[in-house]
Amino acid sequence: MNQRASTALMAPALAWLTALMVVPCLLILALAFFRRGLYGGIEYTFTLENLALVFDPLYAGIFLNSARVAGTAAIIACVIGYAAAYAIAAMPRRHQPMLLFFAVLPFWSNYLIRTYAWIVLLNREGLIVQGARWIGIEGELPPLLYTQGTVIVGLVYSYLPFVILACYAPLSRLNPEIAEASFDLGASSWTTFRRVTLPMTLPGIAVGAVFVFVLSIGNFVTPALLGGGQFQMIGNTIYAQFLTANDWPFGAALSMVLIAIMMGLLFLQTLAVERGSGGRVRDA
Amino acid sequence: MMTTIRASVALAALLGASALSAQTLTISNWDGYMAPDAVGDFTAATGHAAELVLHGTNEEIMGKLIASGGAGYDVVFVSSPFAEILNNLGLAETLDHDRIPNMANLYPQAMELAHDPGNSFSVPYAWGTTGLCYRTDLVAEAPTSWNDLLSPAEDVAGRTTMLATDRWLLAAGMLANGFSVNVTDEDALAQVRDTLIAAKSTLLAYDDTTFYAKLVSGEASLVHAWDGWCNYAIAEDENVVYMIPEEGTDLWVDTIVILAASENKDAAYDFVNYILDAETHGWAAENILYKVPNAPAMAALDPELIAAFPNMGMTPEEMFVFEQLRDVGEAQRAYSRLVTEIMAAQ
Repeated sequence: MNQRASTALMAPALAWLTALMVVPCLLILALAFFRRGLYGGIEYTFTLENLALVFDPLYAGIFLNSARVAGTAAIIACVIGYAAAYAIAAMPRRHQPMLLFFAVLPFWSNYLIRTYAWIVLLNREGLIVQGARWIGIEGELPPLLYTQGTVIVGLVYSYLPFVILACYAPLSRLNPEIAEASFDLGASSWTTFRRVTLPMTLPGIAVGAVFVFVLSIGNFVTPALLGGGQFQMIGNTIYAQFLTANDWPFGAALSMVLIAIMMGLLFLQTLAVERGSGGRVRDA
Repeated sequence: MMTTIRASVALAALLGASALSAQTLTISNWDGYMAPDAVGDFTAATGHAAELVLHGTNEEIMGKLIASGGAGYDVVFVSSPFAEILNNLGLAETLDHDRIPNMANLYPQAMELAHDPGNSFSVPYAWGTTGLCYRTDLVAEAPTSWNDLLSPAEDVAGRTTMLATDRWLLAAGMLANGFSVNVTDEDALAQVRDTLIAAKSTLLAYDDTTFYAKLVSGEASLVHAWDGWCNYAIAEDENVVYMIPEEGTDLWVDTIVILAASENKDAAYDFVNYILDAETHGWAAENILYKVPNAPAMAALDPELIAAFPNMGMTPEEMFVFEQLRDVGEAQRAYSRLVTEIMAAQ
């Protein structure tokens, strides 16, 4: 395909993204440099106060805590997701599409409904507690809902399919002869996994981890519902600036920093993937 | 010929559309806050086309009104501090009482509200108090104070919810410390913050919308509630009781404001007048279980309803000992930050 044809084919998508995504985002981000009016609204005088305020210990602390929650969710999702992807890739080829289909099935239902389902499951009068009572466990169980742990569990649940898919791709492409060569050279299965399989599929893990982290750090629905509003993540803070405090400039400043963090990570992710596919695999 | 017809059809459509947009009254209200057929009945009764749009929160509609300078809406329902803001911004119509004859239905107190004495820019639609809503069968000792919510007894700890809307969340801490619900003094606010952060350790959740369901299911035993919403729990469970703590509470007032920028003033006035009709206004009291400031509407309430929902029987005199939440101007920023500090505290 010549260059003109590919430009023509790309044009609608580019125009769509530019007009409906890039431009509106830039307009919102530009608000970060103006002042908030007394009652909300925007005063068009230039200021850097909003960006400076992002680094105030209160808001920087919320960023750090969000990163901690998102990071924990990413690590847990990667451990569980990699194991699942490894198991799927080890299955007979003909079963794999069905298993992957089941892995992504939750995506077909609404995110909000899935999150509410957790409330039905975990609340003090919910299914788990009732089930525990039914099998004869007496007394008060520790709170299952509205804790930071619940938020992490909810995030892992929501984004686990991304990790499974991201890890499955390199695992399924792995040439089994490489592992056989490793065995022939005297390595145990654990050593083979640790020194051959894992390094070669690391880019998949990196892709999955970054997805979970990026989607989690900006999430505001899960902390609001499963955290009972008691755990503020940066997404909730941004939501509050736009929708309750009516401080759009500060909301824009927080969003700008969040987007910068996300883009930085996605850039690193791309680098990792390129290294992975361009470097190590070819060497191997 | 064909062209002529087409042109005239297009012209008629154009005229029709513009005539419609000039005449259609746009009302913004919370979902379910007036009779489902209120707008249709209004149109049938007055001939004014009208359309209802919904807002979820005061802040949501305020954001839109401030961004558009009040354009796009004719009549909005907002809580009193927000009506004050609309007035301070010059977005609220100065009301001509001659065009709202049903204003005569309002209680005398409803004409003397602190945020707008004389109802010069807002008309009260519903009013009430904020307090504690609890299950008598789950709470060993009946609460008497805001501190029974903020540092509850052992059997209630972990089974309380609080409102998360800035002003009401802070008001609970302010009242518990003996402050006005409009206090802006820095040291007082720091004290309120510490009280509310400490209260998190025994809190089940912040909840503005489903607290009464949590009470009914037994997930919570004692919740911070608006009186009208507590009534929804009372309707489902006879063990539920509403009470006002001894330190007092706020008198909340939801109001109707006509936008100064409205191009449908006649219809807007007619709509406000229609709502203040004893029968229309009485519908809200009877069906959504909020007190309305309409004397004949409240007088017509079934005594059995008041017996079932005792807070419906609170008189204006009883409510007027409490302070209204007021617009605090620049201090609202300090409030917003305070709430973020409370929410982010671990």
